[in-house]
Amino acid sequence: MEEVRILEIKQSIFANNDAQAERLRRELKEKGIYLLNLMSSPGSGKTTTLTRVAERLRGVLRMGVMEADIDSDVDARTMAAAGVKTIQLHTGGMCHLDAAMTRQGLEGLEPASLDLVVLENVGNLVCPAEFDTGAVKNVMILSVPEGHDKPLKYPLMFQVCDVVLINKIDVLPYFDFDLQACTEYVHRRNPNARIFPVCAKTGQGIEAFTDWLQTEVRMWKGESV
Amino acid sequence: MHELGIVFHIIDALEETARENDLTSIERVTIQLGEVSTVIADYLTDCWNWAVKNKPLLEDCKMEVEPIPAVTHCEACGRDYGTVAHGRICPHCGSERTYLLTGSEILIKEIAAC
Repeated sequence: MEEVRILEIKQSIFANNDAQAERLRRELKEKGIYLLNLMSSPGSGKTTTLTRVAERLRGVLRMGVMEADIDSDVDARTMAAAGVKTIQLHTGGMCHLDAAMTRQGLEGLEPASLDLVVLENVGNLVCPAEFDTGAVKNVMILSVPEGHDKPLKYPLMFQVCDVVLINKIDVLPYFDFDLQACTEYVHRRNPNARIFPVCAKTGQGIEAFTDWLQTEVRMWKGESV
Repeated sequence: MHELGIVFHIIDALEETARENDLTSIERVTIQLGEVSTVIADYLTDCWNWAVKNKPLLEDCKMEVEPIPAVTHCEACGRDYGTVAHGRICPHCGSERTYLLTGSEILIKEIAAC
């Protein structure tokens, strides 16, 4: 019988994932593919927003979408119907995507002909924030009915996001949603976060976001902007 | 199920450690868990006990969990306080300019193996 040894490890459980994510980002940079990680609660309008974004970017950027869900392919069907190259990923009950799952999804999507791939993460404000997917930037959608206090309740999500889209602004008159307070709460968690108020249903405000996105993709590809 | 995903990451990390150190059996793993890491220790060990079945390297491996207290620092008055009891607002001076010092960690501290 071998003797039992104590091995000190002192490693964050996120260390492996972080390294895999960094490797994926480097490979995507070499290939000139921009990966965007889109997160939000269920029902905040991720798929509708992406449909609008795809309409605006048609003929401008070659865009693909990876739909991550625990089950079903309703979102992938919606995106495919909008003419976007789409792949559906099933997490098998898991509440988030990690870098290895993202890599697998990308291989299935065959992104060589694409400029921009959007990863629609599992609808959840907690777990996806903890796992780096290898994306260049993180974007989250907060919709008006969810309330302006969400940055206080889910601090990590707002801390890791570069952009916050405040969606469903057409219903602002019917809710006690304080846009100014929300902006302040977001900046308390992340002073550099950009905030775009939008209405995915009517397309209001989407152009400001797609302008930002186009500049991002060009810079990532090393083109002059 | 958040804890199950965490368990799979721990298993991946330990399998790598075992390869690097020529280990054939891990008897115990000690995890350090921050008080506000969003992971529940009981759920984590339940998921662990299920997930390690049929893995020769880990089938008898016990998971021990050591808590790490959550401590918040106040930038306004420079003092520290317990996060769980007082949240984001400093109980000493009432400022909201605070940040978490410790308590969000999920660390693999050590293993006993041969």
